[in-house]
Amino acid sequence: MSENTGLAPPKSPPIRLTREIVNAGFKQRVNELSGQHMDACYQCGNCSSGCPLAQEMDILPSRVMRLVQLGQSDDIINGGTIWICASCFQCTVRCPKGIDIQAVMDALRQIAMEEGVDHFGPDQISPELAASVPQPGLVGVYRKLAT
Amino acid sequence: MKRIGVFVCHCGINIAETVDVKRVAEEALKMDGVAYAQDYIYMCSEPGQALVREKIKEEKLDAVIIAACSPNLHESTFRTAAEEAGLNPWQCEIANIREQCSWVHSDREKATSKAINIVGTIVQKTRLNESLEPIPVSITKKALVIGGGIAGIQAALDIADSGYKVILVEKESSIGGHMAQLSETFPTLDCSQCILTPKMVAAGKHPNIELMTYSEIEEVSGYVGNFKVRIRRKAAFVDWSKCNGCGLCMEKCPSKVSSVFDRELAKHGAIYVPFPQAVPNKPVIDKDSCIYFKSGKCRLCEKVCEIGAIDFEQEDRFVEEEVGAIITATGFETLPVADLAEYGAGDVPDVIDGLAFERLLSASGPTVGEVRRPSDGTIPKEIVFVQCAGSRDPERYKPYCSKICCMYTTKHALLYKHRVHDGQPYIFYIDIRTGGKGYEEFYHNAEEEEGIIYLRGKVAKIFRDGDKTVVWGTDTLTGRNIEIAADLVVLATAMIPKDSTAELVKKLRIQTGPNGFLSEAHPKLRPVESINSGFYIAGAAQGPKDIPETVAQASAAACKVISLFSRDHLEQDPAIAWVDEDLCGSCRICISVCPYDAREFDEEKGIVIVNEALCEGCGSCVAACACGATQQRNLSDSQIKSMVTASLGGG
Repeated sequence: MSENTGLAPPKSPPIRLTREIVNAGFKQRVNELSGQHMDACYQCGNCSSGCPLAQEMDILPSRVMRLVQLGQSDDIINGGTIWICASCFQCTVRCPKGIDIQAVMDALRQIAMEEGVDHFGPDQISPELAASVPQPGLVGVYRKLAT
Repeated sequence: MKRIGVFVCHCGINIAETVDVKRVAEEALKMDGVAYAQDYIYMCSEPGQALVREKIKEEKLDAVIIAACSPNLHESTFRTAAEEAGLNPWQCEIANIREQCSWVHSDREKATSKAINIVGTIVQKTRLNESLEPIPVSITKKALVIGGGIAGIQAALDIADSGYKVILVEKESSIGGHMAQLSETFPTLDCSQCILTPKMVAAGKHPNIELMTYSEIEEVSGYVGNFKVRIRRKAAFVDWSKCNGCGLCMEKCPSKVSSVFDRELAKHGAIYVPFPQAVPNKPVIDKDSCIYFKSGKCRLCEKVCEIGAIDFEQEDRFVEEEVGAIITATGFETLPVADLAEYGAGDVPDVIDGLAFERLLSASGPTVGEVRRPSDGTIPKEIVFVQCAGSRDPERYKPYCSKICCMYTTKHALLYKHRVHDGQPYIFYIDIRTGGKGYEEFYHNAEEEEGIIYLRGKVAKIFRDGDKTVVWGTDTLTGRNIEIAADLVVLATAMIPKDSTAELVKKLRIQTGPNGFLSEAHPKLRPVESINSGFYIAGAAQGPKDIPETVAQASAAACKVISLFSRDHLEQDPAIAWVDEDLCGSCRICISVCPYDAREFDEEKGIVIVNEALCEGCGSCVAACACGATQQRNLSDSQIKSMVTASLGGG
């Protein structure tokens, strides 16, 4: 997760868009896994403004949606947002276009796991940590990982 | 002495917030001649007008002053009210304490004393006002419509259908305008030609419409109901009364000229019709490209024309027409790509404008509806549309929104996708504006179901790299810059008024706004009238607008003309100049200063008279008259002197 001070411009190269990038792979996969239609998102930002964990995220939910639309997977899969998401469904119930954004987050976590990006694998949880974390927290984590 | 009533309007808070209206009424009552004074919240409302009518009778008033908004807005309202109560309408005056006082001041004390001063000045005028009668003026019940696009066609048809004669003047050889160039129209995707050409044919055949294509307005004189128009019928070098439109001349012509209609994506001969569905379907010879006119040889068209319709000797003709009303519907053009330096200024291949893309999409276009890029004729697989190319750019180009581009660009991307299934359209935009029936739904469908990628950001640069045209833009929604190696780029260039509009409005003496579009008399309540009576406006000449809006405005303008023609005669304001024949020294200075040609020397009387129908009451001749012979009714020298004295605080 990058330190965002809001002062420096994003240190990222331009996205070089082609029809292959836009149409191949990533967006289709998210559509299939989530059963949602990513192009339906018109970027109103309601999912971000209502998200209770937005302040902890490196990429806001609405921008996650946007990156998927443009076929840009790296920042999402390697970022923290999909793991910080609490699956609280706020975004899903607020979306004016009826997109189940929580299902999109599930799909993205699944893709992250398929690609071996394991931000919080069970083997990383030490017995000491497991003992100190409340049980519902652990259950929540495993639920996310199991989707 | 006259008994004058003063009625002070609050105009809600428009006046009352800045001006102490009660004090204005109190002070007015102290003025010489004022017999009654009263304030009211909305004087123009029915209860307000009723108050004026009642008090005229109760207080036996000889004249009334309404201290309120500009006379442009409500002078006629209150003159009608005064007349209903038995007063001569010219015994009703407006004291403007809104536009000229409350709206432009903030100091309540000073604004109030200024309002009192304004009322005092008008009291002085009113004391000496004469009762006048309107001057009846006859009406020529024939309309002139300038511009043969969809606006002009619709207006002409509506007027003609109601039984009045119409002359429809078009600069090009065919009517149809830009709509004839379009492929399909948003949001329903009707084919433009299919809905337009029946109207073109109807206009061409209508017994009440006289088409004058390939013609331009030379001169307009006269006034509402009685205009004289001089029209130049440009030499076509083809005798249209003989020509049967067989087209053989066009086939044989060896010249090759870039087609303006096809946005230079195709060529036609020096003798041509702009498009096959032209009305009238008669060719013209482009003198600058014709081999005969350039070198004195060829005349091939003449040889193949069996009926001898080619006439190289033809010259421009002039016709004089009399009409009662004029609708200006001269339409628009688009900002040239050459003006847009950062988008290649027309030098980067495969950067075209929206109208050129319409021709590529059109079934009757140069590629028969196949999308092929100009440089090598290949089918573009990556296509970028750039919106606001020159619009919404107050620093460098045009400050306004061209209004139709969001919708037509979406349509372009959609139609492209329908023709090139494996192609990818991208649209760079600043905002998407889809205010219109079915428009938002059209856009949503394009975005959701057609795979069109919308990128929010203005494109900074377009340049060539090999056989690709590279677009540098941004997507503010990801916060990332975007680079696309495109095969074709389409610019949604700003809509601008037709370049001939500036010249035409001088001849018509009507107004344009800061961007050269025609001005309406009131932006909300008189949207199809020019401030000069007898002139009406319709279509994109007034401002960027789409087809439904243009047609609605054209019908509205036609309706105004029909309403004008439904009267037996017009009434001219009698508050104009008159001449004391005993005083006139016949120096004729007045003739030289009159902007309306209303002053003329009367040989018999040996004096300069006023043509009452032409006089607009501007007062120029009154001011210029050296011997005081010319006076303005209800603005006599003595009235003006007493008004000046009052405004300077004197009695």
